[in-house]
Amino acid sequence: MAFEVPKISYSGRIKEINLGKGEKEVTIGGETSYPFHLFEGEMPHKPVIAFEVYDSKPEEWPAVIVQPFQDVIDNPVAWAKKCINEFDAELICLRMVSTDPNGLNKSADEIAPIVKEVADSIEVPLIVWGCENDEKDALVLPKVAEICQDKRLILGPATDKNYKKIGAAAIAYKHTVVASTPIDINLAKQLNILLGDLGVPDEQIIVDPNIGGCSLGYGLEYAYSVMERDRQAALTQQDTKLQFPMVANFATDVWKKKEVKTSQKDDPKLGNEVNRGILLEALTGVTLLLAGGDLLVMRHPESIKLVRKVIEDLIVKE
Amino acid sequence: MALTGIEIYKKLPKTNCGKCGVPTCLAFAMNLAAGKAELSSCPDVSEEVKRELAEASAPPIRPLSVGMGENILKIGGETVMFRHEKTFVNPPGLALLIKDSMKEEEIEEKISRFNQLQYERVGLLLHPDLIAVKEESKEAQKFAEVVKKVKEKSKNGIILMSNNSDILAVGLGVCKDDKPLIYAANKENLDAVANLAKENSCPLAVRGETIEELVELTTKLSEKGLKDLVLDSGARTLRRVLEDQTIIRRAALLKKFRALGFPTIAFPCEMTDNFMEEATVASVLIAKYAGIIVLSDLMGESLFPLLLERLNIYTDPQRPMATKEGIYEINNPGEDSPVLVTTNFSLTYFIVSGEIEASRIPAWLLVQEAEGLSVMTAWAADKFVAETIAPFVKKCGIVDKAKDKKLIIPGYAAQISGELEEELAGWEIIIGPREASLIPAFLKARQEGKK
Repeated sequence: MAFEVPKISYSGRIKEINLGKGEKEVTIGGETSYPFHLFEGEMPHKPVIAFEVYDSKPEEWPAVIVQPFQDVIDNPVAWAKKCINEFDAELICLRMVSTDPNGLNKSADEIAPIVKEVADSIEVPLIVWGCENDEKDALVLPKVAEICQDKRLILGPATDKNYKKIGAAAIAYKHTVVASTPIDINLAKQLNILLGDLGVPDEQIIVDPNIGGCSLGYGLEYAYSVMERDRQAALTQQDTKLQFPMVANFATDVWKKKEVKTSQKDDPKLGNEVNRGILLEALTGVTLLLAGGDLLVMRHPESIKLVRKVIEDLIVKE
Repeated sequence: MALTGIEIYKKLPKTNCGKCGVPTCLAFAMNLAAGKAELSSCPDVSEEVKRELAEASAPPIRPLSVGMGENILKIGGETVMFRHEKTFVNPPGLALLIKDSMKEEEIEEKISRFNQLQYERVGLLLHPDLIAVKEESKEAQKFAEVVKKVKEKSKNGIILMSNNSDILAVGLGVCKDDKPLIYAANKENLDAVANLAKENSCPLAVRGETIEELVELTTKLSEKGLKDLVLDSGARTLRRVLEDQTIIRRAALLKKFRALGFPTIAFPCEMTDNFMEEATVASVLIAKYAGIIVLSDLMGESLFPLLLERLNIYTDPQRPMATKEGIYEINNPGEDSPVLVTTNFSLTYFIVSGEIEASRIPAWLLVQEAEGLSVMTAWAADKFVAETIAPFVKKCGIVDKAKDKKLIIPGYAAQISGELEEELAGWEIIIGPREASLIPAFLKARQEGKK
């Protein structure tokens, strides 16, 4: 039998989006085929990983994940710098957990200067992530957008409840918005349309189809499939409103599960807890890369190292 | 893909004799296409057409099994490229590599770990599937001894690995009745190894150095009458592995290319010396199409995440995973501990129980059967309402365990609280938070309030 490699003819292309500014600017997107299908398409920009940094000392982190950041864990500026200087972070994702109304409930005015300080002390692109409370984020993110107006931040999550306030701030101060929806391709598409109608330029939108995150063993399959469907519609069904790069923000979800907290002593069959935590995060990342993730937000330096190696090995020229 | 009814009809005798049980050949053809009839019910169809139709209606990726008994591994039989298009059916087998050159204690230790590493989750037992015994000693006797040991100590299927057909034959002598997978026929040993597989009725792995070579080899093997083949395209770098797995799956499904219509085998154990990296390679292969994945070693810290990934990817998207109805004890609850209720969608259960556990507050979690739907969906479908929750709470036995008679319901089901209070006489209904992530704060606040 004569064999011919069965190739798919793609009709769409993912938009290229520039993040940050200056020398450390990062571009994502631009794919003309399914993820890493380099035998039939292009992936001009490799997927990138943002290091997750909290704006305040995390309360419930297991020791495994505190350890690499022990010396900087109550100082977001030092923490971000450590990620860049020691672990070569290409982006930082600052999570404003302290603004959570069910936690410290810091106000927009309290947190914005802290974000500004982080933004001023780094050159890599900065993702500023809210506490995932629609009303509170609608107050905090616009304030952050204003005070960091020349920084070209990436602001998220913008949801169908608060996209107007966050979108307007992004337009006014030229930041990028992360459109976040709960694992539903139609909702994802609709929010992109709404942001467009509001006047957010395409070049300032990226998409997070799994609001609140997901992780191995906890609904990863939903995130995986909504991302695959998104990519399929974007590339083969000319769905222009889905042709945006995708974000996968899952570290927070991975690291709060009991499977990363259980010690080897308490459950020997689960093996070494340090390696287990690293792999639970890394494998979540690898799986979502294969589904079409362009920008991953991750936490443990060793997990990130493993996923970076996978990316390099998948795009290496042979 | 199978033929349509019309395509099949064209090949039938068109006599409308009715001997097959339906009045017309067209109706019979439609039943055949739908898999509701057997071609053998037609007495007049020619041998040639029989062969043609059998070939056309065969599954695009051949389903086959390795091993025998309760731990038999089924692979192949997949029909889609993306799980959301239907579902993936047969999860890839995870295999442990044992070399016959290893020390006896090491081999025994590995087998015993293989047997121990099993995990219960959502009513399923997650475990590794196969043991691959690789000949490195060049001594048939040594190989056979290790195979014998594996056979004695494990109930799982075996992969016999050697390029030497004589050595494979000796290994088969020990375990042929257990239907091991023979690895592998290649360009050099094709005839001898093919004969072994045929004589012993065992599945056979085929290794080519490229997909093209693989196609040549499987074509020859099919001509010899071998049906249960497993493909190794020889790729040992991550990029080529992903590409080859994709190309093989696509050729079989989209082009009905028979020579590649078989499950695959892949070897993360030969691609890196770092076991953490090996796990990431295996994770690519779980998502993207491998039938068997051979690992250099099994350790809980890497095996458990891989088993979770496999469970997730191979979950049927058309059918939600459900947890068993009942009372779940979290953090050793006592009679004063709070009682919460939710639905049996397994993701809901995992997240709610995880949050309660994280709060370190002892609690009773009642999980009500709701056809595996989440709280909002179940409520909307009348599967999680006062009429279902009240009888469940009464009969589940919680009244004997918790004396407070206060029931915390999900915030998203707040609307049912009034009715539920009526149906559940003597109970106070408390509306809990909408999001599971707020449960720890909620429980802590209630605990403080009590003091």
